[in-house]
Amino acid sequence: MSKHPPTPVAARKAVSAPARRILVLFAHPSLPRSEANAPMLAAARGLDGVTCVDLYAEYPAFEIDIDREQARLLAHDVVCFQHPLYWYSTPAILKEWQDLVLEHGFAYGAGGTALRGKLFFCACSAGGPEAAYCAAGYNHFSIRELLQPLEQTAYLCGMSYLPPFALFGARTAVQEGRIDAHVADWVRLLTALRDGRLDIAAAADLPRLNQDLDRLIASPATGEPGA
Amino acid sequence: MSGVLYQVFVYLCAAVVAVPVAKRLGLGSVLGYLIAGIAIGPVFGIVGAETEQLQHFAEFGVVLMLFLVGLELKPQLLWQMRARLLGLGGLQVLATAAAIAALGWVLLPHWQSAVATGLLLALSSTAIVLQTLSEKGLMATDGGRAGFSVLLFQDIAVIPMLALIPVLAVPEIADLVQHAAGHAAPAEPVAQAGHGEGMSLVAGLSGWSYAGVVLGAVAAVVLGGHFLTRPLFRLIASSHLRETFTAAALLLVVGIALLMTLVDLSPALGTFLAGVVLADSEFRHELESDIEPFKGLLLGLFFITVGAGIDFGVLFGQLFTVLALTLGVMAVKGGILFGLGRLFRLRAADQWLFTLSLAQAGEFGFVLLAFSTQNAVIAPELGKLLSLVIALSMLLTPVLFIGYDRLVLPRLRSAPDQPPDTIDEQGTVIIAGVGRFGQVVNRLLMAAGVRTVVLDHEATTVERMRRIGIRSFFGDASRPDLLRAAGIEQAAAFVVAIDDRDRAVQLVEYVKREHPGLHVIARAFDVDHLYLLRTAGADMAVREVFDASLEAGAATLRALGQHPFEVEKIRRAFRRHDLDTLEELYELWDRDLDFAKNRALLERVRARTAAELEITAADRTRLHDRSERGWTPPPKGYTTELDV
Repeated sequence: MSKHPPTPVAARKAVSAPARRILVLFAHPSLPRSEANAPMLAAARGLDGVTCVDLYAEYPAFEIDIDREQARLLAHDVVCFQHPLYWYSTPAILKEWQDLVLEHGFAYGAGGTALRGKLFFCACSAGGPEAAYCAAGYNHFSIRELLQPLEQTAYLCGMSYLPPFALFGARTAVQEGRIDAHVADWVRLLTALRDGRLDIAAAADLPRLNQDLDRLIASPATGEPGA
Repeated sequence: MSGVLYQVFVYLCAAVVAVPVAKRLGLGSVLGYLIAGIAIGPVFGIVGAETEQLQHFAEFGVVLMLFLVGLELKPQLLWQMRARLLGLGGLQVLATAAAIAALGWVLLPHWQSAVATGLLLALSSTAIVLQTLSEKGLMATDGGRAGFSVLLFQDIAVIPMLALIPVLAVPEIADLVQHAAGHAAPAEPVAQAGHGEGMSLVAGLSGWSYAGVVLGAVAAVVLGGHFLTRPLFRLIASSHLRETFTAAALLLVVGIALLMTLVDLSPALGTFLAGVVLADSEFRHELESDIEPFKGLLLGLFFITVGAGIDFGVLFGQLFTVLALTLGVMAVKGGILFGLGRLFRLRAADQWLFTLSLAQAGEFGFVLLAFSTQNAVIAPELGKLLSLVIALSMLLTPVLFIGYDRLVLPRLRSAPDQPPDTIDEQGTVIIAGVGRFGQVVNRLLMAAGVRTVVLDHEATTVERMRRIGIRSFFGDASRPDLLRAAGIEQAAAFVVAIDDRDRAVQLVEYVKREHPGLHVIARAFDVDHLYLLRTAGADMAVREVFDASLEAGAATLRALGQHPFEVEKIRRAFRRHDLDTLEELYELWDRDLDFAKNRALLERVRARTAAELEITAADRTRLHDRSERGWTPPPKGYTTELDV
């Protein structure tokens, strides 16, 4: 009766690493206007093992419940900030979330070991074209360089950092028909991360996560690269 | 007296037994009434000849129904329908009348009878169709609207038909009737609730002055409805006597119906017009809920009389002929409707609904038939036959609706050419009580583009709201029928903001019992009231002054020179603590025990208040506390731990 085609038994057995639980902290202050992030959120919401939290929906007045957010972090193995790039960083609520939830004694400092060993990455959409995000472009830095504060935050909390899963030229992605492919990549990335099929070591040094996704993901059936 | 009571008893009994059973079986109320009529009439013979008299009386239900339909229809909406009204309606009447008349030409001895038969069978049953469409919630569909346009046109078309029929008189039939009646007194004109009356203001008038009188009557309905009814209803409303309002509502409809019959116009059309004029009025929902029960009863009675009037003697005598004629008429009508539906580009489901719903003959057909036999246009034998055809086709209509539900819809639902339902059509929000509290709620919702319906029992408040362009209606929001008229069935949320504590609780109880899925938000006066509302089932109860008081407290702190964000943090912490307290105390609260006597509750209140003081005290001494937690800097010298 399920709408999804049954997963072949072989595919399940190929998963050697334990399944990872993924927490997507979604921040978009104007969801009805979103063209890239909204379909990504909708796709992620349908995945097993992925928890999506729409932060602006849950805390419209920025009154973030620290205990609840810390419990969520403890219950997941991968933490992902999904957001449009605002002034080379996250929208305000994700900064507020960091300021409040990543407490001394919880996330860092004496006794702050709650996040050790977890994976962290951003999934962001940028308005400018990819060519703008380099030394010669008008943004002067690559997207990975611009997000270095978050990378360092992950390191201070003892988390492994993965480069951003980035969409460039997000304002024109719909007209140019690039959204569907991006959403499909997003789903592939999340399921591969969840099932332990993503080559973490190879991914860690890339400028962005979706540069060569085929090479990073082992196919579910054979365990060979290329899905 | 006892005779009348007996009749009332029999009809009510039949309705009360048959209708719920029919509805339970998925047949719809109309079929239930018809079956009840067949049971008490031809089958058990409990009622007899008086049904015909009763039917004319019950036809007033159709007049009431059209008044209600008019109330739903704003003038702009009617204007938008004009193309369909004239195009679709006009073509349906002409094409159907022509097709049936052509068949009749072949089958009948006189062409005049053929023409009259075509005309009277071209009409459909407003009563059955509208009742069934609104029962099934199909009035707002495109097919339902198209059907309604045609019905409305037919209702207008009856007037010229009544004028035409006497011209078609056949001398041979006239002789026949004269012989049969044994040279008795000339046939008396039947009392028709629908059209034409013995009493007339325009009997001896020339064409021009007749047109003048008719236009004057229509103008009187429109202008009177627009300018006179409102102050009148306002006056009556201020007396706060419900039955006076009901009487006034009935008086309005009866008065208009009378005026229309006096000038030889259709009373149904006149009341429809009055309904349209009043569709914008603040009394619309109140009128609707007052007239509705009368309409329901009369219409039910009408359907029963149709069932009771079926002459089984003739039916079984000519079973094959009657059945063949009925099915033939319905096939011809259906075929023409189907073609028109395509011509006017109805979508598949709507086209089928349009076709199946209007394929029967209607109650105005009976009226025209009686008129035609009196005027010697149709022979009495043929009249009996046609009367059966009309009744049977009406009887079959609910069956066609069932066919539409069970056979047509399931097939079309998966059709790929249907665009998916859009979700931007947000449901309406009903706001009961539009005093200081409800007003702000309403303004916010309207600013956010949400459709609201506002109800208040103070006519002056409603009047004021309407003056600033807010859709408001007069009426007591705790009356179930008014809530139904305001559209509670389709509402997305319900806000209770009435200023009577007990009535508010009762209203919440009622709404949640009848519509468990409806989100109810209620205004509470204090904590005790809040708990009562919550127990009654409110999804959310809001204390009316809490947040405002908190804001005043925060403003005071700022005035004392405290940093605004520090004040904000205390305000948030206090608020959270208070809401937690509210949750905690709810478990100890007992609706039958006074606050001051509930010792467990008082104990807890004392403890919570102490904690409250602690929050703020801690705030002043230590930095690690509830309100500060999020922005607490790490301890001094913490960086030494981080060096690795």
